[in-house]
Amino acid sequence: MTIELEQHIDPKLISILEKVSDPEIPVLSIMDMGVVRSAEMIDNIAQVKITPTYSGCPAMDVIGDDIIKAFDNANIKAEVSLVLSPAWTTDWITPKGRKALEDYGIAAPLEEDADKEALLGNKRIVKCTNCGSSNTKLVSQFGSTACKALFKCEDCLEPFDYFKCLK
Amino acid sequence: MKNENLIQYIYGIADNVLILGQRLSELCGHGPNLETDIACTNIALDLLGQTRSYYQYAAQLSGEGKTEDDIAFLRNERQYKNVLLVEQPNRHFGYVITRQFLFDAFHLLLLEELQNSKDDTLVAIAKKGIKEVSYHQRFSSDWIKRLGDGTQESHKKVQEALDDLWRFTNELFLMTEDDKIALENGVGVNVLTLQEKYNQRIKEVLDEATLTIPETKYFQKGGKQGIHSEHMGYLLSDLQYMQRTYPNMKW
Repeated sequence: MTIELEQHIDPKLISILEKVSDPEIPVLSIMDMGVVRSAEMIDNIAQVKITPTYSGCPAMDVIGDDIIKAFDNANIKAEVSLVLSPAWTTDWITPKGRKALEDYGIAAPLEEDADKEALLGNKRIVKCTNCGSSNTKLVSQFGSTACKALFKCEDCLEPFDYFKCLK
Repeated sequence: MKNENLIQYIYGIADNVLILGQRLSELCGHGPNLETDIACTNIALDLLGQTRSYYQYAAQLSGEGKTEDDIAFLRNERQYKNVLLVEQPNRHFGYVITRQFLFDAFHLLLLEELQNSKDDTLVAIAKKGIKEVSYHQRFSSDWIKRLGDGTQESHKKVQEALDDLWRFTNELFLMTEDDKIALENGVGVNVLTLQEKYNQRIKEVLDEATLTIPETKYFQKGGKQGIHSEHMGYLLSDLQYMQRTYPNMKW
């Protein structure tokens, strides 16, 4: 099924889910990324529903396998399914997740309008994750993964990723 | 609505997305520079991801133990319903961008309408897709402006690309029998109504890019009926090679 209207996660399962991270951004747990839409025990099986960040995100298959492994380590059988609706948005990244991104060297997403200005190269507002300067330049709207754009700091000259706003 | 008609309607949308995704994938490692190479393959990844959602749904509707891979890899040329525009080869970067720009504008309008479908799965795929395609459109419009309003050489190349590709755009707005059935059932989009908005959107960007729409009254069509250009066979032999040579092989 492709639709899961409300997020409902059994609090007892959170500690297990927090051990799983995005393989491309290992500092970010899938809970902080907001991709887990539901997790509950049904007939002694953990039923976990996740939603992709981008349709073609290759990390989803790996995340699915990692969830099953994490539950296996806790001696719980798990099944993972994918839901498409409602579509993931960067608003679901938790404050803790945003901080983890920044510490890792990926600028966290801006608000929608600011994001547009930044990605059209109109305004210099994305802060460098290395030195904090706003004197940064868009290099490419698409970066190393579907969710990121590539920037360069004109002060410290370091390149860095920016996590694009998705609403 | 009969499943068979719905499946055909889904192919009509999804095959465009698959074939354009395949064309862009060909640029992997061959883009003019690292950033554009990555951008084109990122867009390809989005398109192939969307294709998977459509094909998974079509496979589920058809039953018979069919999978998304059967639909992508085991149909014959005549069974693909994509428009001629998306199968045109990657002649040069300006050509790739022009093809992308002409499709993105249509793609976004289509998905915006598809959000109002009575079919919940198609609505979910459309809503997810809109977020991605908005980025694609921004990227291709941006490059059309840079190339069109760039050097004499870049202007000449995109104008020629536009002169060549424009004849394929009318087909985007032709209704097939399956489109009509889907529309009557509240599932499908009336693409006829999108053409005016499309032309407006295209013109806005082209004006800024100092490019002009060629004056032609002759348009090419056929893809929606499975009658493709000579490029399609080569594309499919690349796309299907692995499954045809090693049937049922898995990663």
